[in-house]
Amino acid sequence: MPAEHTVKAFTEDLAKIERSLLEMGGLVEAQIARAVTAVTQRDSELAPRIIEQDSEIDRYEQDVQDQVERLFALRQPVAQDLRMTISAIQIAGYLERAGDLAASMARRAIVLCETREVPGLYALPKLGDASHTMLKDSLDAYRDRNVEQAKSIRHRDRELDDMYVVLCRELLTHMLEDPHRITPGVHLLFVAKNLERIADHATNIAELVDYVTTGTRASDDRLRGRGFLMEGAPTPDDPL
Amino acid sequence: MVTTSVSSNPQPTLVARELSVFYGEKQAVFDVDLDIMPREVTAFIGPSGCGKSTLLRCFNRMNDLIEICRTTGSMLLDGHDIAGPDVDVVQLRSRIGMVFQKPNPFPKSVYDNVAYGPRLHGLAPSRSDLDELVETSLRRAGIWEEVKDRVDQPGTSLSGGQQQRLCIARAIAVRPDVLLMDEPCSALDPIATATIEELIDELRSEYTIIIVTHNMQQAARVSQKTAFLNLGRLIEFDETKKIFTNPSEQSTQDYITGRFG
Repeated sequence: MPAEHTVKAFTEDLAKIERSLLEMGGLVEAQIARAVTAVTQRDSELAPRIIEQDSEIDRYEQDVQDQVERLFALRQPVAQDLRMTISAIQIAGYLERAGDLAASMARRAIVLCETREVPGLYALPKLGDASHTMLKDSLDAYRDRNVEQAKSIRHRDRELDDMYVVLCRELLTHMLEDPHRITPGVHLLFVAKNLERIADHATNIAELVDYVTTGTRASDDRLRGRGFLMEGAPTPDDPL
Repeated sequence: MVTTSVSSNPQPTLVARELSVFYGEKQAVFDVDLDIMPREVTAFIGPSGCGKSTLLRCFNRMNDLIEICRTTGSMLLDGHDIAGPDVDVVQLRSRIGMVFQKPNPFPKSVYDNVAYGPRLHGLAPSRSDLDELVETSLRRAGIWEEVKDRVDQPGTSLSGGQQQRLCIARAIAVRPDVLLMDEPCSALDPIATATIEELIDELRSEYTIIIVTHNMQQAARVSQKTAFLNLGRLIEFDETKKIFTNPSEQSTQDYITGRFG
């Protein structure tokens, strides 16, 4: 954090926004990790608790928005303070959507518990782990205003896209082998897609690190995978 | 010091080069280089005592009135020297008008306040010319509708905001190129301030304006370029949007975000 304001309450207001945001981030990270566990461990008791917790994330987003609105009205932030507060609203939005994706995975976990298990899906926990780590790292980079780390996170998005494609192919093979695996297979495809989308939100947060720190927008230098079922297409963001 | 590169077209209205101002032994302004572009509002901001008013008062040689004040360096108005000893400062001040912090109408009627300059400079040969010039100036200053029925009353009978607009009318009656405004709203309430700010925005189409303000939001609202001064030095001069979203200098950032000192 830069030097303190002459008006100390201003510094405190900014610090409180940052704190709320990082708490919210911690909660979303936990939700993602638990959702992946609920899916991979077929934990039907964990899943409803995740769905329930999602409303708390929504409250956090509202809280960040309220705090920023109040700061705009009362203190008219400029320069780094303006950029920080604008980013806070955006990051809260990305986190809220990542939280929704975790809740959506939890809902699919409940259905998956009632269907036949798809064996040997090693790529799924790996993807879950990578996606979760990416979000955590992007929030760390934001907290530390670490432009270099943010850049490396954006480049990591490509690896994740590749993992996603591998997992989709694996699921497709299972579904072709045994039609009974089609229902769980489709749910798992959506789980994979959610994890890939969470990584996109992490990338968006990493892009904001440049803006907050230096005032310049990060060039869209994220490396894109080629996506599933979309070979040859230039930038297939949404294969399913 | 960071400045944006100035394109070759158009030419700056006012140019300062290595401009320094001394009050006796004490130097108040240090080696300022500045290009003021035509038909733009340039705001000078900075903490009290940073030299922004002193710098502003250089441009119409108001500092000449202070005996111990000495200025070095060069100043050009449309390419012509205005710093030298041979410059006719009365003529110069008709081209570079000034509006002060506290409204200071002459103890005369509204009409005579505005007519004073044109009479002095012989700008209106006939009474009807003068009437027209007074009305046009009051209209441009956005006060005609409020005073048209009482132009014979003393200027001091108007409200603070009206008096300030009267002073602006008086300044533009001599058809200057440049208007210098030294905290023109600091003695006014928010509504009168908004009226003056709206007026500044309208006057921009005809005049080059430099405004000194303590109110950073005001600088952000009315100006296209902002100069940040500190301890007599020009720290940063750039587009106002750039200064208020992403200034290049740490001290500018500290000042505008309220982290100074």
